[in-house]
Amino acid sequence: MVKVNLWGSLRSATGGLTEVEVDAKNTGEMLKALAEKYPALDEIIEGGVSVAIDGLIYKEAWFTPIRPDSEVVLMPYMKGG
Amino acid sequence: MVTEYKEGAAGTEYSKRDFKVVGTRPPRPDGVDKVTGRALFGADLTAPGMLHATILRSPHAHARIVSIDISGALALDGVKAVVTSNDFVKQGSSGNQDTLDNCMARGKVFYDGHAVAAVAAVSVKVANEALKLIKVEYEVLPHVTDVDAGMLDSAPVLHEGRKFRNIPEGNNANVSGYWEFGHGDTDAGFAKADIIVERSFKTAATHQGYIEPHATLATMGPDGRGEIWACTQGHYMVRDMAAAFVGMDTSQLRVTPSEIGGGFGGKTTVYLEPVALALAKKSGRPVKMVMTREEVFRASGPTTSSSTDVKIGMTKDGRITAGQAKLRYQGGAYPNITAMLGAMTAFAAYDLDAVQTLAWNVLTNRPKQAAYRAPGAPMAIYAVESVVDELCQKLDLDPIDVRLMNAAKKGTLSSYGPTFDEIGLVATLEAAKAHPHYAAPLGPNQGRGVSCGFWFNFAGNTSVSMGINEDGTVSVIEGNPDIGGSRASISMMAAEELGIPFDKVRTIVGDTNSIGFNDVTDGSRVTFSVGLATIKAARAAIKNMCGRAAQVWGIDADAVDWVDGAAVPMGHNAGEFPPMTLAEIAKDSAKTGGPIAGHHEVNADGAGVSFGVHLVDVEVDPETGFTEIKRYTVFQDAGKAIHPDYVEGQMQGGAVQGIGWALNEEYIYGEDGKLQNAGFLDYRIPVASDLPMIDAVILEIPNPGHPYGVRGVGETGIVPPLAAVANGVSHAAGVRMTELPMSPPRILAAIDGAK
Amino acid sequence: MSKIHVSTSINGDAVEYLCDPSETLLDVLRNRVGLTGAKEGCGSGDCGACSVELDGRLVCSCLVLAAEAEGKEVSTVEGLADGEKLHVLQQKMLEHAALQCGICTPGILVAAKALLEKNPDPTETEVRYWLAGNLCRCTGYDKIIRAVMDAAAEMRGA
Repeated sequence: MVKVNLWGSLRSATGGLTEVEVDAKNTGEMLKALAEKYPALDEIIEGGVSVAIDGLIYKEAWFTPIRPDSEVVLMPYMKGG
Repeated sequence: MVTEYKEGAAGTEYSKRDFKVVGTRPPRPDGVDKVTGRALFGADLTAPGMLHATILRSPHAHARIVSIDISGALALDGVKAVVTSNDFVKQGSSGNQDTLDNCMARGKVFYDGHAVAAVAAVSVKVANEALKLIKVEYEVLPHVTDVDAGMLDSAPVLHEGRKFRNIPEGNNANVSGYWEFGHGDTDAGFAKADIIVERSFKTAATHQGYIEPHATLATMGPDGRGEIWACTQGHYMVRDMAAAFVGMDTSQLRVTPSEIGGGFGGKTTVYLEPVALALAKKSGRPVKMVMTREEVFRASGPTTSSSTDVKIGMTKDGRITAGQAKLRYQGGAYPNITAMLGAMTAFAAYDLDAVQTLAWNVLTNRPKQAAYRAPGAPMAIYAVESVVDELCQKLDLDPIDVRLMNAAKKGTLSSYGPTFDEIGLVATLEAAKAHPHYAAPLGPNQGRGVSCGFWFNFAGNTSVSMGINEDGTVSVIEGNPDIGGSRASISMMAAEELGIPFDKVRTIVGDTNSIGFNDVTDGSRVTFSVGLATIKAARAAIKNMCGRAAQVWGIDADAVDWVDGAAVPMGHNAGEFPPMTLAEIAKDSAKTGGPIAGHHEVNADGAGVSFGVHLVDVEVDPETGFTEIKRYTVFQDAGKAIHPDYVEGQMQGGAVQGIGWALNEEYIYGEDGKLQNAGFLDYRIPVASDLPMIDAVILEIPNPGHPYGVRGVGETGIVPPLAAVANGVSHAAGVRMTELPMSPPRILAAIDGAK
Repeated sequence: MSKIHVSTSINGDAVEYLCDPSETLLDVLRNRVGLTGAKEGCGSGDCGACSVELDGRLVCSCLVLAAEAEGKEVSTVEGLADGEKLHVLQQKMLEHAALQCGICTPGILVAAKALLEKNPDPTETEVRYWLAGNLCRCTGYDKIIRAVMDAAAEMRGA
């Protein structure tokens, strides 16, 4: 199981939780598991998210490995200038 | 200063090395073209049989389009084609549809200057005459241009019936986005504070202000194949958007980027390109479009305006106990995420137990905002850094000491979620504190301002290809428009990795058919991502060359190493052979297996975040309210400065754009919802005589995610100036300034109000 | 509307063109003569990207009618270098990395040349005020000012 921290406004999709646990060994599995467990997150994940693992931000990468003790943060998709 | 990293740790690309090319300052490869006038920018290309197209724009801030009659325009001699929204394909995603609707209004016009129709004719003059013959019937609607007014229940609704995601109850239909970030218990944090300051701030919308107006030249034959030439930050983006909007396969549209005359985020989207392509399709002729400066102001960019409430608690000795920010941004008539980025960055410089940021995006009758250098961060950090400064002032504490005491560092849980890895904020603050500028005496009516700044930096999809030529030189193709000297830094990294001199490498920006896909030049990503891909493409070529040497020597390929631009046997056991240089291997390449090339394609990760600290001395004339910048010093962590001149250039340029934002620049709307200052005379960007030299101090705290330690440097520099200048002005004028720009009338009013 | 016939000199070459009465010198340079070094950043004389010299006087070519060039000498950025040899100002702009995107560079070079013809030893303040009509959005002007000062010093033989 990995602990996933969500940004605050996603609480409405998780029944008030900002930290949830899912079973996943990489980012793709994690996103799939999140969407299954919390269907309201599905649309947000489909719309694009970033994932920070141990402080590094990954955009759209399905196969980045996640260790059980990794710090995992779901972040919005970002665009710069 | 260099930090050691454990090789091979997760996410670690960096290893310490001695550089030969990186860190030097060679002249840029495109320099001579640019000082002789030879370089071709967006508007500089012509094609045989070319038509010129111009755009009819809405005179109203908000109106329903009842009907458009183009027959009069079509009947005019010399007019070859007219397009309206009917000539484009409906889009699958709301984001693309918004971009298309912004290129050509569908059903409604949302702002003064919104495109309604376009005419291609034999000359600009004829096209403009034809625009006058297009009859548009409008049903004028009430409008709103102010961010706070747009949130009121009484505000006119822009997109009736459109549902936006995750908007809490109690917000009106113009709120298109809502975000929350943070951690810890802010109530408990504020309870621990000895002092709390709570203030509201406003910033005006500013334009990226690139000197080159948008320009493009499109052709499309009856075979359905198209070509676009455009000044853009991302020609793959132009290809994908334009092809989708006119309904063609991307493979049939080739986009070639011109030299680009500034972008700063403003050229990360399309305005003219799909329109020119549709006109070329309809007319069967090449079509050129160039915006006027007025059009640039009215219908491209700008960034968001903002209204922000900040509350920060502090103990007597300067420790922040809690921080909270509520950010309301408007970025025109279509949804955007700039407020979200503001909420993520507002407190990024601080190590806080309790922090909360809430952000709203509000739709208004203004042009669709475009990214502008660290989008969202300057306004948010301006508000936070102003309050931190006021707390320091009230507690009589040194502003740098307080920032050092509360600074984010490795291991800090950031205000936007993840825990920071190696970051350079403390080193940057210490450099600022130790700099002579910080100890220099101030004169009468002068004040010194300090601010931190932060930007994430992005990475993303990148392709690089390089050919090893038979004469021992190297040709590199990258796919990101060079907006500030990146061809130089990419050539330097290729030369460094291959072990050859800089002048043996030439890097070009290829068209969309040259190499694989590349994300837009944005998010300070190019030196990081393209550099990373270049280094890895070079490593692929090196592996190939080591194999060639191994073949010639008759030893195992694994027994060959690459040192100083040559293949060498790895240790005595491999055999005794003199080094075989890149040039020697290249010369015989046809005989040893054919051409040698290297390429690398990656969706890069690991762009290290970047912090900066700015120091400014200002002098405020109490009689006129005029502010003069007396001295300015920028400190920024570059990870590793590949070409220090261009790193300094980014820091200086960002600082000056921020100074403009702080003191002069502002979109001014009348009661009628029309932009009143759509020109460089009335929208005044800083000129040479407004400024002193901008001292730039580069720090190098290597980014673990890049082989050479590079961090993006392009955006962070625009973040601190807003608060740095505001804090300086507040000290000089003796009154806390809370609205940007701090134009002379606003400063005078604040001084009078404080009396 | 009939066109106007103009005989002029551009960068030392005799040039003739026909233009509309309403056409600007910038339009003609770019669209009829094929010299695209001068840029149109604003069309209203605010940005200086179209700077050229007209009989030695620094002007925004977007504010000059093409017909006004009759019998005069026009100098543009294309005429700065002598064959393969760059002008000192061009060389110094490169050495000081005084350009990023380069769109303002032709106008800055022409304006700086006009300054140094009048005042070979300008102070930093004089350079800043002279170039105040040439907008640059990339550099913050720092490296441009240094390049012009350095070029002035070299041209004086200092």
